[in-house]
Amino acid sequence: MPSHDVLVIGAGLAGQRAALAAAEQGVSVGIISKVHPVRSHSNAAQGGINAALNPGDSWESHAFDTIKGSDYLGDQDAIEIMTREAPDEILHLEHLGVTFHRNEEGKLGTRAFGGASAARTYYVADITGQAIMHVLYEQLMKYSEEVTRYEEWFSTALAMDENGECCGVVTRNVADGSMELFRAKAVILACGGNGQVWKPTTNALICTGDGIAMAYRVGAKLMDMEMIQYHPTTLAGKGFLITEGARGEGAHLLNKNGERFMEKYAPNKMELASRDVVSRAEQTEINEGRGFADGTVALDITVVPKKRVHEALREIVLVGRDFAGVDITREPIHIKPGNHYTMGGVKTDVDGRTDIPGLYSAGETACVSVHGGNRLGANSLLDTLIFGKRSGVDAANRAKHIDGSKPSSKVLEDEEAMIADINSRAKGAGRRVSEIKLELGETMDGKVAVFRDEAGIQEALETVRRLKEEAKTAYIDDHGSVFNQDLLGAIELGYMLDNAECTCVAALERKESRGAQYRTDFPERNDEEWLKHIDLEQTDDGPEISYSEVTITQWQPEARTY
Amino acid sequence: MADYTIKVRRFQPESGEGPYWEQFDVDLEPSLSVLDALLQAKDRDDGSLAVRCSCRAAICGSCGMKINGQSGLGCKTQIGEAQELANKKAAAVGGESSGNVVVIEPMGNMPVIKDLVTDMESTHWTKIRRVTPWLLPHGEPPEREYVVEPESMIDITQSMACIQCGACVSSCLSMEADPEFIGPAALAKAYRFVGDPRDAETHERLHDLAEDPHGIYDCTHCFSCIDACPKGVAPMDQIMRLRRLAGEEGIEDPNSGHDHEIAFVKIIEKKGTLDESLLLQESFAPGLKGKLKPSKRAIKEMLGSLPTAIRGIKTGKMRSLPKLIPGVHHKLPDGAQDEVKAIYEHAEEHNVEFNLYIKGEEGDEEAAIEEGLEPDPADLVQTPAAEEATDA
Repeated sequence: MPSHDVLVIGAGLAGQRAALAAAEQGVSVGIISKVHPVRSHSNAAQGGINAALNPGDSWESHAFDTIKGSDYLGDQDAIEIMTREAPDEILHLEHLGVTFHRNEEGKLGTRAFGGASAARTYYVADITGQAIMHVLYEQLMKYSEEVTRYEEWFSTALAMDENGECCGVVTRNVADGSMELFRAKAVILACGGNGQVWKPTTNALICTGDGIAMAYRVGAKLMDMEMIQYHPTTLAGKGFLITEGARGEGAHLLNKNGERFMEKYAPNKMELASRDVVSRAEQTEINEGRGFADGTVALDITVVPKKRVHEALREIVLVGRDFAGVDITREPIHIKPGNHYTMGGVKTDVDGRTDIPGLYSAGETACVSVHGGNRLGANSLLDTLIFGKRSGVDAANRAKHIDGSKPSSKVLEDEEAMIADINSRAKGAGRRVSEIKLELGETMDGKVAVFRDEAGIQEALETVRRLKEEAKTAYIDDHGSVFNQDLLGAIELGYMLDNAECTCVAALERKESRGAQYRTDFPERNDEEWLKHIDLEQTDDGPEISYSEVTITQWQPEARTY
Repeated sequence: MADYTIKVRRFQPESGEGPYWEQFDVDLEPSLSVLDALLQAKDRDDGSLAVRCSCRAAICGSCGMKINGQSGLGCKTQIGEAQELANKKAAAVGGESSGNVVVIEPMGNMPVIKDLVTDMESTHWTKIRRVTPWLLPHGEPPEREYVVEPESMIDITQSMACIQCGACVSSCLSMEADPEFIGPAALAKAYRFVGDPRDAETHERLHDLAEDPHGIYDCTHCFSCIDACPKGVAPMDQIMRLRRLAGEEGIEDPNSGHDHEIAFVKIIEKKGTLDESLLLQESFAPGLKGKLKPSKRAIKEMLGSLPTAIRGIKTGKMRSLPKLIPGVHHKLPDGAQDEVKAIYEHAEEHNVEFNLYIKGEEGDEEAAIEEGLEPDPADLVQTPAAEEATDA
């Protein structure tokens, strides 16, 4: 049985950072990822990473912007930690080799971003996530003795001991189909978000909520699952992302009449209001007939100087050219709000600890919560790194002080039986996995998106529950061992459906409008009744709801205008 | 919607059979990608069709493959364009110009695991690790950030833009001949450190890469990797930068490529066209002006080159024997030599190597000039290559 003190599942920014931090504590570390680490979706974070590093800036200002952005649902103790530790983390990354943009003096330079009261976003052109992740992977290669990499290993279930502590994970080696039970004194889930539950989404095909579902299935609490961010600038159809950096560099949003409509919705911050605010503004324009025929509004980047576009927005020049056939330096590009980010996730404390001893979570999988109802642009990379690091350190400390249990082989047998069951389903007896995924994605995008109401969410929940039943008989074509992606797709579908059910239940429960949750039947924020987190726990009858307090340190809720 | 047929080179390792071709009919918008076509075939017809993919937007680097023989990313190649290329290719060999299929194969220069999934670990990643792919700074880091020239970071951002998809490795002709060649992706990665002012091992890195017989001088300058790269990294350009820096470090190039390059530049500056009679001696024993000052090595190399020269004459690559006799080379007509000189002067005055992140794509430059947004020369990178050209 392969064994490590700390086992990290997922090798995006949170996972890699956690693995490196744990290894620094001198424990044995393994990192498991269903794709090669550099394929992870942290790559897609284009715009940058926030930190109050400039002398004129302060962590308090960064914290307040984050709290206001979260619509006061973010936990202020966690936000304080994140914003206080941000400057050192940026410097750490710079020292490791990240090629951050420099100002004329050769020092770290910044750009403006949405919802922020200062230009505090550090960046590498518009490939910031990629640049940081590749540098962390360089470090993983450097420390290959200390961190064992299991690249292309797909995790199917967490292993629990008799005391209810997490002690390992069952994984499938994608290359040969062999199943392995790993033993660990601490497991960190850093598997990213669940964007694939919606269609279209900016998220990669791998973002199927694996970590959230695995934690949920062993009894960990989920939190804020109703909070799903729709990014204001995605391409219609495919859902590809156009970085907020474009608006940070000065791009305008226009409706079909050429009006800069943000004047009506956020007269001060205009295009750089919080994402939920901008997405709702766009959707309102579209719904009220001021959008284009293809259900979009326009993002005009031609107002940004060309030289600046080449230097700082090159990736989206390519996205425009290759995926929309538009030269963004010459003409506006049509965009709309699109599914982008999972603010909710596995409920953790500020050291990544979940309710289950030995189980940690970080990054988009986790809900600390620093993003609350709405995440600010360029805070996600920061979240992955700060809480990846903290969970890595804490998990290593735990591992140093316990002997750890040996997981029972039963969990491995159960997983093998689960796979045998999928393989045994006759072709044509049920639906194809791909059909169910499509119906799920379209349902969620139709009913649980920018604007929501009870009837729509209820309808979505019923559909999800029907799809859960149908998934039990859904068949696949590939019954082989080597690189059987068909089988992995069927397992991912199960993860996605658990995520979807939780989001619907939480969205139905929160009878107010806050951050990304906008209920047309409850259009106001209601602090008296709903300034609290919705927690969900798995039962045989579906998610059971409970509530937890929002931690408020020094910023009392105020009306939120931009 | 339009109908397309894709023809996929498949390999199912557990079947006991060799590779085979299979066609799938798909219907999708021409603007959708070859990857979309594959995923449709997988979703509708055969879930066992294996292809790595994730982001669909040319940022994760999973879906490297050959499309109509060209290495690239499935998600970045539009199916409509792939179809047009298939038609053109068929027409070029006298076939029908329509009704052809889009041919999709796994990447080259790597073992195939299943269908379009290749073993990148044993080739690509092993080579990446070969170049010590992490920053090696000197001593303890500063309290704040390293203060460096802003342009230096933009300069290496071009190699940081690499997504490790392997398309360049797949297309590399040198690697086909020498599987041990470190290769375009790993060498581009190496430039990311050599070009990084924070790295303290530049000298050691250059020696290492130059002295390895499968290192920077193994590249044959064929441009395949530049064509294949979906991110504009231009790996060959990064290799050439490594070579120039190695030349500056005084590292002896076993192929005399560095001196050869200088010889080319000098001869044309003097004579307007290439005087082949001077090229060899000038490459090995720089002196020029027709005066031979051959070193022992030069004599040896020149004698060794004779068979090549004879083959060149036989196959018409060199037109006649007198071309090899010094002094016979014809002169340019009146005034033309001055124009050549003017070109050299202009190049020296404007000797900047344009980086993608500074000048944008081809054609953007004129657009920028049109709009009066021509980049300020002071903002442009003065690369080592540029300085070298001045010296020469």
